[in-house]
Amino acid sequence: MHRAYMDANATTPLLPEVMEAMRPFWMEDFGNASSIHRQGQRARTAVDRAREALAEFFYCRESEVVFNSGGTEGDNTALFGLVRPGDHLITTAIEHSAVLRAAERLEEHGAEVTFVPPLANGLIDPAAIREAIRPNTRLISVMLANNETGVLQPVEEMGKIAAETGVFFHIDAVQGAGKVAFDVRRFGCQLLSISAHKMHGPKGVGALYVRRGTPLEPLVVGGSHERRQRAGTENVPGIVGLGRAAELAMACLEDGTIARMTGLRDRLEKGILKLSDTGVNGGGAPRVANTTNIRFEQVEGEALVIALDLKGVAVSGGSACHSGSTEPSHVLMAMGLDKNAARASLRFSLLRTATEADVDQVLSVVPEAVEHLRAISPVAAGTAG
Amino acid sequence: MTENATIAVAMSGGVDSSTVAAILARAGNSVVGLTLQLWDQTRLAGRHGIPDAPKAGRCCSLDDVYDARRVAEHLGIPYYVVNQEDRFERDVVRPFVDEYLAGRTPVPCSLCNNHIKFDQLLKTARSIGAERIATGHYAVNEYDAGRGRWILKRPADRAKDQTYFLFGLTQEQLAHTLFPLGAMAKPEVRALARQHGLKLAEKPDSQEICFVPGGDYKRFLAAYLEEQGEPAPETAGELVSASGEVIGTHEGIFHFTVGQRKGLGVASPTPLYVLNIDAASHRVTVGADAELAHRELRAQRVNWISIPSLTGPMRVRAKIRHRHEPAWATLEPATGADGSRAEANDAVLVTFDEPQRAVTPGQSAVFYDGDEVVGGGWIV
Repeated sequence: MHRAYMDANATTPLLPEVMEAMRPFWMEDFGNASSIHRQGQRARTAVDRAREALAEFFYCRESEVVFNSGGTEGDNTALFGLVRPGDHLITTAIEHSAVLRAAERLEEHGAEVTFVPPLANGLIDPAAIREAIRPNTRLISVMLANNETGVLQPVEEMGKIAAETGVFFHIDAVQGAGKVAFDVRRFGCQLLSISAHKMHGPKGVGALYVRRGTPLEPLVVGGSHERRQRAGTENVPGIVGLGRAAELAMACLEDGTIARMTGLRDRLEKGILKLSDTGVNGGGAPRVANTTNIRFEQVEGEALVIALDLKGVAVSGGSACHSGSTEPSHVLMAMGLDKNAARASLRFSLLRTATEADVDQVLSVVPEAVEHLRAISPVAAGTAG
Repeated sequence: MTENATIAVAMSGGVDSSTVAAILARAGNSVVGLTLQLWDQTRLAGRHGIPDAPKAGRCCSLDDVYDARRVAEHLGIPYYVVNQEDRFERDVVRPFVDEYLAGRTPVPCSLCNNHIKFDQLLKTARSIGAERIATGHYAVNEYDAGRGRWILKRPADRAKDQTYFLFGLTQEQLAHTLFPLGAMAKPEVRALARQHGLKLAEKPDSQEICFVPGGDYKRFLAAYLEEQGEPAPETAGELVSASGEVIGTHEGIFHFTVGQRKGLGVASPTPLYVLNIDAASHRVTVGADAELAHRELRAQRVNWISIPSLTGPMRVRAKIRHRHEPAWATLEPATGADGSRAEANDAVLVTFDEPQRAVTPGQSAVFYDGDEVVGGGWIV
């Protein structure tokens, strides 16, 4: 059975070029990048080249790139590294749990936190960020693209507000990487986190952009790696993979890939919306090219995910980092959906390598599965809540 | 094999349901494993001394989900965790709490079977393309063409008999359910588990109510009510003798169960037992063991399995709690409190040949004709 993988926002496979780039660094070029000898030098060279690629990717200096273990570490580092008891943090109600849980922990330790709610279309109003600023506001942390809806936040406007008010600005750009062009100066951020595995790189590696002069306290301490910003022996194969993935992502932003993905996503969305009682969550806002979040009224999303999986279509009911939890999506709830509508919503997120055949497969199984579910087990209003 | 032949196995992570999955998968059926996530075992942690980490061998602990997943991987079958926490709380936990607060002694496993395992799980199974579910319950169900009914029977392994908790199954539910362990004894099941290479073949059985840590229901009630922000209802009152004489006081009717001996807080030359709990007056009547015996009980919300309805007196053996040896009794349709026959099919009068100890409101009475489950209802 052809399997259509429609869960790229959960993770992506390595591209062959990434696999090839990483290959020598497991066994032949295995050195520790901190070692003086030749093996170490080869590893150091590889890390430096990857740093060069990431600097181009972020549009920053090489010294402003800190390699780490991924998006969660980057987000945690940004929040824990800047905000102290008594400080005020502004973030949003629709952030990834890597930011939300960190913000809650800061709150427990005596910081003040404002969670700005989104508009009904999933956008955060920059004016609401401005209104939330207090004299003790230390950091604004907002995601570039939402993982569940794909909605792109107006980070440039927020960056201007941060600059005007002298507040640090962190962007969780994990879901934007490889989908929109980055320019950290234009974004106006001091910190920006990404993860390799969301853009066809390996799992367990990521990078944090740290603007020069930002007084960020490291989260992981030990050796003097990464200019003392992140201790621990460099994950050389991972970093090489991230570097190659970043190069390929930059190329795809210019070679028509994004337009092709948008076309596939739009065809998928249009095809599904032919079903009655369906709608797109966040459809009215600017979105990344690969994501659509669709509401199937009177359907239990969890059952639909399983039914589609058994028919060869991999989707998710929301963030993969939340599966198995009781609560319906905090993102959709914050956008004003009720519990039933939130639970009736599925995320389709396309790989960069998605094909027309993948979309055909989705469109050949989704309508039947949805109608079957509606016929067998209609969700009576209120029962699931 | 057609898609309709797909069987969804309810996998708890225990030996029984894991073995069911193994038997069905190895026999060539298309099998999907489902684990119901029913209760967050850490939810009440820290309240009223409820431990932080649940023991393994309880439903819904992460260890059990892990075990079920490993079995599914081993068998190469698709496997999913289905979250039913909201329904479980609404249909099982909340009624459990309310029953105790009203001075009755609930049977949450029957509620779970009626509302979750054989209702919601079957719906989930059908929505993913499986027309039947299989569970690790020890029971037998088979279709009797002569009567045109699905019949539920006691299993070969009487010590593991779970039919007491299955009396609420409808004909529709029985028609779509498989109990592959009905003809087996537990040691055979463990042997099969070993044969199929299941690492959990020696895992101990779970005994207690899955959401009540350590079986301490009073602690659970206190923790749950605190979490809900509900004050425990004021049900303190008097302890009285059968003749009505006040012999002490108590701190709330939910501390008692009919037949209970310990924790009464009164000194007496002869052992005293709870005879009756009056929810309206908060009076708890206590007396001697002999006074616990009753010949009659009324059960309501009766579900019939081997018969379409009760039209006249019927000889059965009736079981009034999980560890009760079924006793000979006569069933008769009961009339409603107002004398109407409107609820005649829904309520029965049970008259035992010999008086039975501790008839307990809130428990179920299940009726047997030989090995067959005739039906059952809730004791009032």
